[in-house]
Amino acid sequence: MKISKSPWILHYDGSSCNGCDIEVLASTTPRYDLERFGIINTGDPKHADVFLITGGVNYQNRDVVQQLYSQMPDPKVVVAVGICACDGGVFKDCYNIIGGVDKVIPVDVYVPGCAARPESIIDGVVKALAILDKKRERMAQGLVPDEKVWTNTIVRPGSQEKQED
Amino acid sequence: MLYVLGFIFVILGPFLGGLLSGVDRVFSARMQRRQGPPLLQPFADYAKFMQKKAYIINGLQTFLITGHLIFVILAGWILYAGQDILLSIFSLTLSEMFLCMAAFSASAPYSNMSAQRELLQMACTEPMLLMIAIGFYLSSGSFMVTDIVAQKTPAIIHVPGFFLGFLVILVVELRKSPFDVSTSHHAHQEMVKGVTTDITGSLMGIVELSEWYEYFLMFSYVALYFVSSNPLSLLVGILMGCLVMFLMTLIDNTFPRVRWERMLSVCWATTLIFAGGNLLLLTLLKMF
Repeated sequence: MKISKSPWILHYDGSSCNGCDIEVLASTTPRYDLERFGIINTGDPKHADVFLITGGVNYQNRDVVQQLYSQMPDPKVVVAVGICACDGGVFKDCYNIIGGVDKVIPVDVYVPGCAARPESIIDGVVKALAILDKKRERMAQGLVPDEKVWTNTIVRPGSQEKQED
Repeated sequence: MLYVLGFIFVILGPFLGGLLSGVDRVFSARMQRRQGPPLLQPFADYAKFMQKKAYIINGLQTFLITGHLIFVILAGWILYAGQDILLSIFSLTLSEMFLCMAAFSASAPYSNMSAQRELLQMACTEPMLLMIAIGFYLSSGSFMVTDIVAQKTPAIIHVPGFFLGFLVILVVELRKSPFDVSTSHHAHQEMVKGVTTDITGSLMGIVELSEWYEYFLMFSYVALYFVSSNPLSLLVGILMGCLVMFLMTLIDNTFPRVRWERMLSVCWATTLIFAGGNLLLLTLLKMF
């Protein structure tokens, strides 16, 4: 049985305005009923397969995001929900914002929108599931799950130049 | 001959238990006016856990989780092989102790707190589980399952109080109602994912597997109350088992936010009233 038949979601709210969170929660309500795809909204990173992040990353929640990501066992996929999670959105130039989620962990699917609609969130998760299956196939072949090697670039506060982390 | 029946349980138990769990999830979804997952979703979950990488936090965890599975299987085997029902209940208790210790072995605070609540949960259900064995003894004069099923009248006629008490703790035993105790199936709960918080990958698969065994074992305990020497009673037993499982789903959806403090008071009170009352009545009837 394919791993994408039972994707469990971990939802984390970065420094967002909560608009996207409300939409994520809306898509877990009975009206949209995510469970018909076998999706469960779990609170435990160690059981999760899909990491759903809303909002940008700042210097305070950066460690949290990285730790949650490292606690999820492979194969795993990351979905950045909303424009803030994609690249920082309207908060991009704020002094405390690092930027989108891909500054601190590798992101597989970007779901833009302000706020992202439940339909597009579900769409994004379904796209991520195909990637999840691909990663599992690579693992079965004895390869690392990710195809590309991920490197992050972080702008430190007080300096305008980009540094390799 | 009866030993063979025990081994049939070992093979068929997880399939039937998984199916019961799947039906439970579908019914639960329909009660909330959702479409719900496919019927075979629990098997998909199991397959996923088996394919995921396991982060084993210490060597002890693997041993304890395997012990958990083995003793649940043993509890079912004892029941179906027609052996002592007391042993079956003790084996079930031991298996839960193993799961509890696996949770204690992790350093994560949520895992430890859940293990403490799992102990609390056991304190609630154990007295009644023991009373079940006593009830069967009172109705058949023996702890052997072979003697219990060979009675002329089913046990429910003699010990309806024990059965009602059992129904109350069954909600807790199947990890349904108190949402903040150990590992309930509800998505958002106080203890993250209860005793399984730090269990990953294939180990989590084993926990799921033993849960299916436990599901079917509980189904069998319920059915045992209705089985007598008449072969037709087996059908009644299966029917009542299904009915009770439906009732559990209904209770779970009707009282989704029961807390552990209430569990403590309700479980002990019902054990005392139903099982104790039944015991008193049977003793009085025997005296006169």
